[in-house]
Amino acid sequence: MVGSMITNAIRRSTRAGRKLLAMRATYRMQRYLFIYLTIGIPLLYFFVTRLVPIVYSFSISVREWDILSRSKPYVGLANYASLFADEAFRKSLANTFLFVAVGIPGQLAVGLAVALLLQGTTKLRGFFRTVYFIPYVTSIVAVSWVFRWLLMPNGWVNEQLLNLGLPAQLFLQSPHQAPYVVILAMIWQSLGFQMLIFITGLEGIPKMYYEAAHIDGATAWRRFRHITIPLLNPVILFSAVIAGISYLQAFAHIVSMTQDGGPLNSTRTLVYHIYKLAFKSFDMGSAAAATVILFAIILAFTLLQLRILNRKVDY
Amino acid sequence: MKSSLAVPAKLSTILAVTAALLAACGGNGGNNAEGAASSPLGSSGSSASPASSAASKDEGQEKVTIEYWQYEYPAKVSLIDELIKQFEAQNPNITVKQTNFPYDQYNEKVATLVPAGKGPDVINLYYGWLPKYVSSGFLQPLPESAFPASEIERDYYPLVSAAKIDGSYWAIPTAVRTLALFYNKDLFAKAQIGQPPATWEELVDDALKLTQKDAKGQFVVEGLAWEPGAQLHHWYRDGLLPQAGGQDLSEDRRRVLWADSPAGLEAFQYLIDFAVKHKVGTTGVFTDDATAFKTGHAAINIDGSFRLGSLKTDAPDLNYGIAPLPSYKNKSVPSSFWANAIPANVSGAKLEAATKFLQFLTSQEVQEQWVEKVGELPAQKAVATQDKYLNDEKLGAFISQLDNSKAHFFIDETAERTLFVDATNEVLRNHVPVDKAFADLVSKTQKLYDDYWAKADGK
Repeated sequence: MVGSMITNAIRRSTRAGRKLLAMRATYRMQRYLFIYLTIGIPLLYFFVTRLVPIVYSFSISVREWDILSRSKPYVGLANYASLFADEAFRKSLANTFLFVAVGIPGQLAVGLAVALLLQGTTKLRGFFRTVYFIPYVTSIVAVSWVFRWLLMPNGWVNEQLLNLGLPAQLFLQSPHQAPYVVILAMIWQSLGFQMLIFITGLEGIPKMYYEAAHIDGATAWRRFRHITIPLLNPVILFSAVIAGISYLQAFAHIVSMTQDGGPLNSTRTLVYHIYKLAFKSFDMGSAAAATVILFAIILAFTLLQLRILNRKVDY
Repeated sequence: MKSSLAVPAKLSTILAVTAALLAACGGNGGNNAEGAASSPLGSSGSSASPASSAASKDEGQEKVTIEYWQYEYPAKVSLIDELIKQFEAQNPNITVKQTNFPYDQYNEKVATLVPAGKGPDVINLYYGWLPKYVSSGFLQPLPESAFPASEIERDYYPLVSAAKIDGSYWAIPTAVRTLALFYNKDLFAKAQIGQPPATWEELVDDALKLTQKDAKGQFVVEGLAWEPGAQLHHWYRDGLLPQAGGQDLSEDRRRVLWADSPAGLEAFQYLIDFAVKHKVGTTGVFTDDATAFKTGHAAINIDGSFRLGSLKTDAPDLNYGIAPLPSYKNKSVPSSFWANAIPANVSGAKLEAATKFLQFLTSQEVQEQWVEKVGELPAQKAVATQDKYLNDEKLGAFISQLDNSKAHFFIDETAERTLFVDATNEVLRNHVPVDKAFADLVSKTQKLYDDYWAKADGK
């Protein structure tokens, strides 16, 4: 207030004041310039490395883009048409939805269960957290190979099943079991991350709600249903989106655990199919078309999740 | 409370949308994940050999530098380094620079670096990739003056004709590989079998005798390692099928002839029976066929000469022998090769130098060094049939089969393999009748060919 009065006084009376004002304006401009530059550089980077390739891949998807060939003729929507005529692509699309439909609820449920259990304990909490977190920081290839070994037709798991008098299972060799085995491995590996997110979310819920509910005689289930779940909603949303994207992009586990997305394409996902199209069949046009489809799916999926899960909670 | 909740909700909205954008881009570059996942070698290695510039000073000619690309296989890389030194000593005006990429990223690297103007002058390619490379206009035919087709056909084993497309040769190998029957001598002795099987029938009998299972029916020893995705699909196309009297492709390579005679189904049934009827081996036990054999859990494996090296290092104590593939009505053995080719954009002095280097790589002395250092078989008859190789305990069986060698003309190696593996899995896992799975396999493979030729004819 005093500052502005002085400024006004100066502005009215002296030339030196006008000079001072100009200096302040340049100082302000410099500050803005600095701020916009700081934001602008990463934005430019993002633009060049992310947005431009997205737009570019749209252009590739309407061309016959043989990776080694010089001519890349425009073919309209032919790549999209041939994709949908391709059985393996349709299968990979269906598998991707299966991964999402089973993977996300599975990962959230297991992560939340572990987080709730860990919140209930006081002893060895750090130890358990570390144990659960270790798979997340372990190499996917190493984990995949351990699973592969354990689940071999004559592997350790089948040995235990046979010892218990149960029939041996094919696991990764079976087109019916293999996708679930891969999903389980993915859930197991991301459990630590999921748990951590949920623990943080749970710790953010004020204790007094639970105490009040307890005094009112609410059962543990009702407290969970009406306090924990609604207040965890933003965390659940975040987890669901992140998990959804990881299942939509399932790739590394498939490469390491299965033989070529098999048996019978049962574990071939969209991203794996894209990889095969682009770098094994050199067909960049079809690969880009599949990428555009994946982009559309992820966008739709995210918007849908936002709509369903992003309801505000009032208390 | 409302405000404290609103903030994370908004934050997660922003995160979610950002994540979606990132995700879409990630999908675009699916190869990143592959690089991280499957190859710890990751980055490409490049090793330039020291130029022998001292020798070239007094020559008036201009110096030429050419680049040689091959995949990362330690024995091959170090031998090529050695060979470059020899070549540069003979040709002081030419400098050769070797660049290597991990095997599973090889095509990706070629595809991304070549449009950026960083192409090779001589490139080493798997023969099964040649049709793709040729039809996309990446290669030029070998100069007819230096490599006349008639000479190639006279001196080289017939399998090399897989590199002949549209009447010209596009690549020429230093060495070739064939499949043979690897057998574990200790397990054979235990089962009291004196000789490795020589016929289809003997193979079945021996495999049955050699198979060991525990009380619960789990494999302890596979009589015959059975992995269609490894070498067995090759065994079918260029081994079992012609052995039964069938034909692989029509003369013009447009039609798949597997179903044109009963031999095709007979051979397919024979292959399937090992897993389904005789139950002497199956997929995925002991990880894969090569591991099962290395660890003494497979008595017989159909594998290639390229396995000799890793058997030597990984299982030095394994007591094994190598025999020609069992035969039926005819003899035939699957074979394959890596061949050197010249990209289309190489011209002038570089083309001359590249041709010279290629001639050097296919010379007798290089082929001999190649056998000794890499273990692959000489591609030229005269070199391979020397006594020192024919009488070699390990190499002999491979070389003796070269006269009957065939190399299927792949238009898309991975796709053709996948179709074959799928057909076996339909029978094995989904209990589809063998004849139906076979008919399906033939029609799907034919479709691959139809699509390829439709594209090739359109150009």
